[in-house]
Amino acid sequence: MSLSSSVDSGSSVHSGAVDSGVGVPPGRAVSGGARTARSRVRLRGSFALNELTTMFGRIRNLALLGALAAIPLALGVAIKLTTRHPDGGGGFISQVSNNGLFLVFSSLTITLPVFLPLAIGVVAGDSISGEAGQGTLRYLLVAPVGRNRLLAVKGGALAVFSLVASFTVAVSAFVIGLILFPIGPVTLLSGESISFGAALVKAVIITLLVAASLLGLCAIGLFVSTLTDTAIAAMAVTVGVTILSGILQSIPQLSSIQPWLFTDQWTSFADLLRDPVYTPNIVHNLLIQALYVAVFGSAAWARLSSRDVLA
Amino acid sequence: MSQPSPTIETYGLSKRYRGGQLAVDGLELSVPQGAVFGFLGPNGSGKTTTIRMLMGLIGPTAGRVELFGEPIPQAGNRVLPRVGALIEGPAHYPYLTGAENLARYDAADRSADPKTRKARIADALERVGLSNAAQKKAKAYSLGMKQRLGLAAALLQPRDLLVLDEPTNGLDPQGMREIRSLIKSLAADGTTVFLSSHLLDEIEQVCTHAAVMSKGRLVVQGTVAELGAGLRARLAVTTPDAAAAETVLKAAGGAEVHVEGDRVTCDADGLEPDAVCAALVSAGIRVFAFGVERPSLEDAFVALTGEGFDVAQ
Repeated sequence: MSLSSSVDSGSSVHSGAVDSGVGVPPGRAVSGGARTARSRVRLRGSFALNELTTMFGRIRNLALLGALAAIPLALGVAIKLTTRHPDGGGGFISQVSNNGLFLVFSSLTITLPVFLPLAIGVVAGDSISGEAGQGTLRYLLVAPVGRNRLLAVKGGALAVFSLVASFTVAVSAFVIGLILFPIGPVTLLSGESISFGAALVKAVIITLLVAASLLGLCAIGLFVSTLTDTAIAAMAVTVGVTILSGILQSIPQLSSIQPWLFTDQWTSFADLLRDPVYTPNIVHNLLIQALYVAVFGSAAWARLSSRDVLA
Repeated sequence: MSQPSPTIETYGLSKRYRGGQLAVDGLELSVPQGAVFGFLGPNGSGKTTTIRMLMGLIGPTAGRVELFGEPIPQAGNRVLPRVGALIEGPAHYPYLTGAENLARYDAADRSADPKTRKARIADALERVGLSNAAQKKAKAYSLGMKQRLGLAAALLQPRDLLVLDEPTNGLDPQGMREIRSLIKSLAADGTTVFLSSHLLDEIEQVCTHAAVMSKGRLVVQGTVAELGAGLRARLAVTTPDAAAAETVLKAAGGAEVHVEGDRVTCDADGLEPDAVCAALVSAGIRVFAFGVERPSLEDAFVALTGEGFDVAQ
């Protein structure tokens, strides 16, 4: 029973019911502050790392990313095969055949309203409810993972998934744009021309903004996921919320609530293609996303930390 | 040093589900350190609800739980690494292999050392006889293999307490024997084992202590010997000459003589079995079988609850 005493020594690191404390492995608490700190960092990453390898090792999630990667391909091929280009009015798409980099902007514009939220809805809706539904939630909790830590790891993994999903679209579009179309200096929406390198930097920042635009939805999905043990219901609700938000967006009489919808400023990333960059909508978007993360993250926490786990 | 605090102690533990149904009612459970504690009761008697409260998965409506003298769920992060649990059947990630499943559960436990993870996983799989299936996806496992994998997860670390809810479910007789011997060897190392089951003879074979639940209430708890103490042993004879045997047993002073076909039984209290057997033989009775039968836990259960071992309403 060597464990009982050693666990007690490690447990002093934990601060009561609060999950922030990270335990030193029992009986292996090494002397020297540096090594202790290092082993803490490694430990902290341990379950988070496992969550990420589980997430990105799962065939379903890889299929979602594969589908996202295929959209720029379909778009690029369609543009390449279309001989007649309507002048103007086509937004980014009309520029793709002149400059392959615009395939990145076009693909993000196309995937942001539907395909990216669909992928996020599936993964976020599944995050807690999937564990509950298959019964693994109870075993994680008695491991014990700690409810707050579980929620933090799940939320962090969702943010990483948003980032990976956005870059999957962007990188796929970039590669296909390079193959199918000419490249060169980019003409901005405001008329100036910038070098290909500078435009590439903008493309990276835009992809980051798209990923950030999805964070509010991640928080909604995470919250919905704590409400049910049925993953498919949580997925449907999360995707449904996005559709609902889009519908509310299109009703003029609701203009007073529209600035508070998480989809309201999703297209603001295009403002980065102006010179000087027009920032108010971008900032508004980031604030909305932060607000949704705060509200729905807290709601998810309140729900998960108090709920009876019966599954 | 004072007496070590009980491994599990509950005080007036109650749980009322939102439907208004009282699943557990004023439970005062005390599991001494080092015991193999059988937790008995028919389906629906509140066993699993109790176990979920012990593990901090659900909050009690009233009362409280202490594990190793510390309050649950408040001290859960400190106490639960010392506990291995199998609750209401195993649960796994079907798309991960057996070893990957264990690695995930181990990573969830902050007190588990990642450096020794691989070796501990191999040990645990070896212990439950799953080494050959370690790299198979869990969805390809049979019910018995899943049960073994669940046990392996509970054995990832040396534990002070094992909570096993119906651990032999889905196992073949060979598997059941293996689990029983596993429990015995763990108990011999000093691990307290809390074993819930609806199989009475399973409990009888391995447990030192037992508690009986019925309709959310604790009917009785104590050592297995104490539970059977209220019941008397019976002397049983199997013979084709039942009527003659009945006469002999009555003449020898046997009380409550019953005849069921070719089986004649009577109260063993105050009788010398060897003398009775000799009397039967000298009376010319053909004795096919003869012995003293200890009361089973099932008899004790029926005597305590006045009911059979059926689903509680």
